[in-house]
Order: sequence, then C-alpha cells, then structure tokens
Amino acid sequence: MIDPGQVALGIVAGLLEARTGQTLTADRAWRVGTALTHVLRGNALGSLDDLVVRLADPAESRLAQQVVDALLNNETYFFRDRAMFDILAARTLPELQQRRAATRRLAIWSAGCSTGQEAYSLAMLIAAEPARWRGWAVDILATDVSPSMIASARQGSYTQFQIQRGLGALEMVSFFGETASGWRAAPALQRMIRFEPHNLLDAPPFPGRFDLILCRNVLLYFDRPTRARAFDRLAEALAPDGRLLLGAGETTVGQAQALAPIPGGYGLHGFAPMQERLRA
Amino acid sequence: MKTCLVVDDSRVIRKVTRHIVESFGFAVEEAENGEEALAICDAALPDLILLDWNMPVMDGLAFIQVLRQRPEGARPKVVFCTTQNDVAHIRAAIAAGADEYLMKPFDHDALQMKLQLIGAA
Repeated sequence: MIDPGQVALGIVAGLLEARTGQTLTADRAWRVGTALTHVLRGNALGSLDDLVVRLADPAESRLAQQVVDALLNNETYFFRDRAMFDILAARTLPELQQRRAATRRLAIWSAGCSTGQEAYSLAMLIAAEPARWRGWAVDILATDVSPSMIASARQGSYTQFQIQRGLGALEMVSFFGETASGWRAAPALQRMIRFEPHNLLDAPPFPGRFDLILCRNVLLYFDRPTRARAFDRLAEALAPDGRLLLGAGETTVGQAQALAPIPGGYGLHGFAPMQERLRA
Repeated sequence: MKTCLVVDDSRVIRKVTRHIVESFGFAVEEAENGEEALAICDAALPDLILLDWNMPVMDGLAFIQVLRQRPEGARPKVVFCTTQNDVAHIRAAIAAGADEYLMKPFDHDALQMKLQLIGAA
C-alpha cells in the first residue's frame, strides 16, 4: 500500500486510476520517481511536489496525459509467449475459420496493445498464410488507453532494440523495412490493423462480437473490482463461441462469472457452455 | 553439455558473449576469425556458433559458406551477431545458411529469444 503521507504520490496514483482504471500497487509505486524523470525534466519541474502543483491547473491536461503515459507499463515485444502464437496459428485460428466459413469474416481485438507489437504479430500470422486467408475479411483492431501509444503503434516504427525482441530474421526482413532511425512495418501489414484509443472499462469498440480477443498482461494492473468490470466488458465484446486469450498466469477463475478457461487451452478462455448457449 | 563457439575479433565482445552464453548452460570456445573457427570445427563441431561478420583473415560470411559445404556442416545452429544491420546483409546471411541474425548491440534477453526461436536455448 502507498504511504498516506506521500501526498504527491497519492495524487499521481489517483490520476492514473481515474484515467485508466489501473492501480498504482506498491511494487510499482517505488519506481514512480524514475518513470517520471523525463516528464519532470521536459517540463522544467524540480520535484514530484512541483508536478502535482502544476497538475492542479485544469489547463494542464497535456501534462496529465504525459504523466499517465509514463506510468503505464508498456513492456511488450513481438510474438510474446511464442508458444501461444504457435497454438493460435495451428489450432485456434483454423477452428475459428471453420466456424466462420459461411461469412468468411473474422474480427480480432488486441486489447491493451501498447506500442503495437502484439497486433503486428497477429497480422504476420495471417499474412504468412495467404492461401488460407484468400477471400477472407480479417479485421484486426488494436486499442490502448494511451493515445500516444496508439499514435506510436499506428506509426509502426521500431528501434533496433525493439525489432529484435521476439522477431525472427526472416520475419523482420519480410514484414519490415529499414528507415533512417530503425525499422518500420510494411504498408501492407499496417493496412491490416486499425489502431484506436479505448479504455477497457468503456463499452466495447466496433464491431463488437469479436471472434478472438487478446488481453494479455493488462488486467493484472487493475484491482479486483475493476478487473471484474473489465472482464464484464470483455465478455460483452466476445462472440458467443469466441475466444479470449489472457497472459501467462492470468485467469478468469473466481473473477468472471461468464468466462471459463478452455481445457488445455493455455490461457484461452471462452464462455461456459450454458453462457455460450444463452448468448448465441 | 551443449557447446557454443563464439567467433569475433573483439576480445571484449567474446568475453561478454561468453558470459551470456555460459549462463544458458553452454560450454564455450572462442575464435578470433573464420579460419580459426574452421580449425575448431575440424576438431569437433559445436552445437551453436555465434558469428561476427567483419573479421580479418576470414569473415563470417566466408566462414559459413565453407562450413555449410562440409559433411555435417549443416548441423550447428549459426547465429550472426554483427553491427551489419541492413536488410541486404540479413538476406545474404540467411541465403548462406544462417539460422538467425542478431544486430549489435544486443543483450542477454535478445540473444535468449533468438536461441529459443531456433530451438537452441
């Protein structure tokens, strides 16, 4: 828990929670100073106390957004938990494809996409099998609560450090091109994804009824009641026979009534059978 | 124990790379250039070769081209670890038989991810 005497820290924590639903837990609170160093320096502020004084000014909404962006954990990389992507490619996507054979449409949502690596990984899975997906409309939506993360993800530009994390050399040269400052997603890959700001606690984004939702390593930053609300929103957004993929170690068990792990599904969840029938 | 050959003309790079690769459980040998590396491969083929591109005597590309022509030469996993960071070099490395490509500077996690990709970790 945060020491109540640390007023400035409490104000910053309140700002984060109000804007994103995320809680500044004790294990994250200790590094607030480091996380905000750039914000303080960039705005000529000497301390956290100076920052919260400025934040009290309603005209400082841009500064408030900078603070929120700095505090969010944007750690991500391409094909994070590669084994999970192998399962998506070998089993989940083919199963969904079979179920949607009549419409030949598939809606996928990368929720909490940060700088976009997960969404681009999904797009690469699809693009790597052109024959399988010919004639299909695969809509990939990627959202994040931070508009600046969305702008960065949409840009599709990555440093050498970022591009090497999780991406094989062949994938790198097949789907990305060099730029003066690093690497950038090929236009064909970028066109496969819609990037939009969205808060997980708000009503589901268009088109709703997603066949596959990836929401990995996001809900762990929410407190229990907020996480339950987020699960309700995800359930609203999921097609009756759709699949929700959580991060390693995350689960709906005891936290979401409608959703249950798929046996042997390695993080994949779906509606419990009764719920599936009710929602169909 | 799995074996790894680190081929780089920089002593510092070899030392840092050795440190990382030993933490993955490899027994490490070192070579300063492609010719030395071939001599070591003559004695015993390693499971993994981490290969610099620009080296005196014999560079990394020449080394892998010779290695892959040899009987058993297809067996070691080869990862280029180099400052050559453009598409043309990466494609040339893959065409010559490299399993993966890592651009310098890299860290423990980046190398580990590459090794996991090729099943060498």
